Amino acid sequence: MIYRDLVIIGGGSAGLAAAVSAYDNGVKSILLLEKSPELGGILNQCIHNGFGLHRFKEELTGPEYAARYIKEFRARNIEAMNETQVLKLHEDLTVDVMSSKLGLETIQAKAVVLAMGCNERTGGQISIPGDRPKGVYTAGLAQKHLNIDGYLVGKRVYILGSGDIGLIMARRMTLEGAKVLGVSELMPYSNGLNRNIVQCLKDFDIPLRLHNTVTKIIGKPNLTAIEISDVDDNLRPIKGTEQIIECDTLLLSVGLYPINTIFTEGAHGKLYAKTKGAFVDQNLETSIPGVFSAGNVLHVHDLVDFVSMEGEIAGKNAANLILNGRKDVKKVVEVTESNNVGYVLPNIINVTEATDSVEFSFRVRKPMKRGEIIIRDGDTVVKSIKAMDLLPSEMKKVTLKTNDFESYNHLFVEVKEL
Amino acid sequence: MEKLYDSIIIGGGVIGCAVARYLSRYNGSFLVLEKHNDVGDETSSANSAIVHSGYDPKPGTKKAIFNVKGNKMMPQVAEELDVPFIKNGSLTVSFSDEEDETLKELMERAKENGVRAELIEHDELLKMEPNLNPEAHKAILCPDAGVISPFNLCVNFMENAMDNGVELRLNSKVEKVEHDGDIFRVTLESGEAFEAKTVVNAAGLYSDEIAAQLDDINYHVVPRKGEYYVLDHFNENWVKHTLFMCPTKVGKGVLVSPTSSLDYIVGPTNEEASKTDTSTEASVLAELKATAAKLVPQIPYFENIRQFSGVRANSSVGDFVIEESKKNPGMFNLACIMSPGLASSPAIGEYVADLVKDKLHLEVNPNFNPRIRKHIRFTKLDRDEYNKIVKENPKYGKVICRCETVTEGEIVDAIHRNCGARTVKGVKKRLRPGFGKCQGTFCQNDVIKILARELNVSPDEINYSDLNTQIMKYDVKGGN
Repeated sequence: MIYRDLVIIGGGSAGLAAAVSAYDNGVKSILLLEKSPELGGILNQCIHNGFGLHRFKEELTGPEYAARYIKEFRARNIEAMNETQVLKLHEDLTVDVMSSKLGLETIQAKAVVLAMGCNERTGGQISIPGDRPKGVYTAGLAQKHLNIDGYLVGKRVYILGSGDIGLIMARRMTLEGAKVLGVSELMPYSNGLNRNIVQCLKDFDIPLRLHNTVTKIIGKPNLTAIEISDVDDNLRPIKGTEQIIECDTLLLSVGLYPINTIFTEGAHGKLYAKTKGAFVDQNLETSIPGVFSAGNVLHVHDLVDFVSMEGEIAGKNAANLILNGRKDVKKVVEVTESNNVGYVLPNIINVTEATDSVEFSFRVRKPMKRGEIIIRDGDTVVKSIKAMDLLPSEMKKVTLKTNDFESYNHLFVEVKEL
Repeated sequence: MEKLYDSIIIGGGVIGCAVARYLSRYNGSFLVLEKHNDVGDETSSANSAIVHSGYDPKPGTKKAIFNVKGNKMMPQVAEELDVPFIKNGSLTVSFSDEEDETLKELMERAKENGVRAELIEHDELLKMEPNLNPEAHKAILCPDAGVISPFNLCVNFMENAMDNGVELRLNSKVEKVEHDGDIFRVTLESGEAFEAKTVVNAAGLYSDEIAAQLDDINYHVVPRKGEYYVLDHFNENWVKHTLFMCPTKVGKGVLVSPTSSLDYIVGPTNEEASKTDTSTEASVLAELKATAAKLVPQIPYFENIRQFSGVRANSSVGDFVIEESKKNPGMFNLACIMSPGLASSPAIGEYVADLVKDKLHLEVNPNFNPRIRKHIRFTKLDRDEYNKIVKENPKYGKVICRCETVTEGEIVDAIHRNCGARTVKGVKKRLRPGFGKCQGTFCQNDVIKILARELNVSPDEINYSDLNTQIMKYDVKGGN
C-alpha cells in the first residue's frame, strides 16, 4: 500500500491544474497518475492553435498550452506516475492501479481528484446502419494516427458531425493532401465553435450540410462509399434525399462524453444523467466524500482554458478538505436545469458559513440570438442577466454572489429567448 | 512430388477448426485452408455465442445429437483451451396460455433429448430475473446452457491443432475440388494446388457449393441474416441467464443474454439475405428493439456500443448435413451447420475426425496435448503471483486497452502463439481491445505499433482485417 494525501487521476489539463493548485494551497503529498508516457493528455495531439486565449491571453498550440502547466507542475516537484492505469477507485479512497513498475498496487488517499477526460462517441453508439468496414474512425483517433504517429488514414474523406475535432481534422487532412468532401451535421446548426467553421471549412471550400446525416456505410472490407440524407424536424432521414458519396474514410465528430467507469464501478459514485459526469456540489465534490471531479470527466468543455480553471477549483477544494476538514453543512440547496438549458452544474449547493458565491456552468439547448439568463428559487427570480448569441456549442457561466444561500430551497437555471 | 496430405480441411470457421483440433489427436498430415486473413471471420464470429443446452431440437436429428453432446463436452473444452465460458443457464419464457402449452411440449423434448430442464413459475422467475417483463408466465430453465467467446473458441481450437502439428494457410480461397478416384486435388483461386487422401468440407456458407463440385446434392445453404445490438458491461446483475422467447408459429423471437465478457447481446433478427450481406438496417434494428422489449421492457440502449449482423448457414432440409460423399468417398461434407452449430462444434469435430481416422487407419498421436498454453491475465491470478510475472516481464504491467484492461504482455503473447494475431481485428478477437466502450479509439494506434514491432514490419503494413486494409496507410512524415 502506498499512502498519499491527494491522488489525482489523469495528467491532462484538468489534472495538472488540480495538482498545481492543491500544492499552492498547502498540500505537498500529491501523486498524479497518468496512463500515457507523457503528461498533457489529449492536448498533445492537438497541434493546431487557439488554446489559451482566456487563460494566458495568447494563442497557443495544444502541446504549448500543456507545456506551460507541465512546467509549473515540475517546478513544484510534484510526483507523477506515468504509464500507470487506474483499475478501480473505492469508496474508502483507495485506488487500485497497475503499471510495469508497480505491478498491481493500491494507493490510499485522503482525497482524490478525478480528471480522466472524455471519450468520443463512436459509430456503434449512434447506430449508423450498413457495413462495418475499415475506414470509419472517430476524428480524434484519425488525429492521433496523423499527429502522433505520422500516418494519414485516407485520401477521400467525409465527416459526420460538426464538432470541433471534426472541423479541425477537415483542415488538417486537407493540408496533408486528402480531399475532404464535406461535413454533415444532423442539427440545423453547427456544433463547433464559429471560428472553426470559418477557418477549417469556409477557408477550404468544404461544404457543410446542415440537417443532414450519414444513413448508410458501404464497403467490405474497406469503406468505398457512404449514403447521406437530409433529415426532417424530428431528425429522421427524408426518403428521396439520399446521395451516395464515394470515399475511403468517414470521420465521426458526433460528440464527447465523460468516461466515469473507474468512479461508478468501484466507488458506486452518482452520475448526473444530463452530462454523464459526476453529480457534484459547488466545490466539485462528488457523492463520494473526498472525491472531486473536474474537466471533461465532469462535463465536456469547448475550451481547455475552462478545464484548467475547473481543475484549479477542484485542487484547491481538495486541499482545503485535507488541511482544514469539513465545515458543517447548514442546508443543501438543489440546482436543476430548466427552460432552454440542457444541463447546469453544480447539482447541489452544500451551504456552509463560508458560502458566499457559486458559479454555475451551463449550456443552452438551442441557438438563441438574444436571451435572458435567469436563476430562480422556485418561482422567485434571484438573478437575471441579458446575453447575446447563446449557442449550444459554447458553455456559459453565471455567478451568484450572496450571503443568503441558506434562504433558498431549489434553484433553477433557465434562459428566456428574447 | 507435391506433398500428399492425409486430409485437407476447407474452411477455418469453428467447425473446420474443431475438426482440425480433434484430427491432431492422430498421426497424420493435415492442412486447413481459410480464405480470410484469420480464422473464424464469418459466421463463427457473428452469432449469438450461446452454448445451447440442446433441449429444443427435434429428438433424433443431427442437431439434437451433436448439440447435446457438444454442450456436455464444452466445459472441458473451454478449460483445456482457456476459452472464456460461463454456464449461466437459459430461460425460455412464455407469455400466454398457448405458449405455456408449448413449454410443456418442450419439457417433453428436453427429456427425450436427455437435457436437464425445469419449469419455473412466475414468481420464482421474476425473482431470478427482476428485469424480465413482469407479464411473463413461466419459463423452462436449462442450467447447462452457457455463453462462450466464439472468437476464442475458434482461434484456440486452431492454436491447439497447430500446437499438435496441423498446418494452416490463410488467404487461401478454394476454387476447385477434384477427385481422380484415388487422390483429391484442391485448387486455390491463386492457382496453387494441394493434394490429399481425404477432404473435409467445412466451408460454412459455401459448404453446399463446395459439396456440389463432387456430388449431386439434395440440400443447399439458406443464408439468413441476424442483426444484433451489443451493450457494454454496465452492470453484471442486469440479466443473468440467456433469455429466450418461447418459439411460436411466427418464429423463434429474439434473445437477451449476457456474453462471456459480461457485455449484453440483444438479437438476432431473421432475414433473407445473400451470403455476403452482413450490413445492418435501421428499420430492422427498430423492429428488433420492439420485439426485445417484450422480453425485457427496459433495455438501456444508451449503453449500446455496437450493432452487427451475421449470416447463418441455414439448411434447406432443416438439419445439419454431416456425411461422407457416396460418389467420392473420402470427401466429408459438413454443410448447413446452422444454430446450434457453435454448441455442437466439439462434438462434430470429434465425430468427423474419427470418421477420417477410421478411413485412413490413423494411429493415435502419442504426443497430443489437449491444452494450450494458459493466457496470463491479472484477473485470474492473485496479486503476488501476478506481480512476480510483471517483474519478469514488465509488459504485463502495461495496460494498452483501458476499456477491457488488456496488457501489452497479453498482446505480444497473442501475436506469437500458433494461429497468432496478425491484424488489428485479430488482436481484438483474441483479447478484446477495440471491443469496449471506446471501440479502439484510445488503443488502436498502440495495437498497430505493437503488431508492427513484433512482426518486424512497418506500421503501414499492418492490416485491420483482410489483406489491403491498412489503417496507418499513408506515411506523411516524409523521407524514409
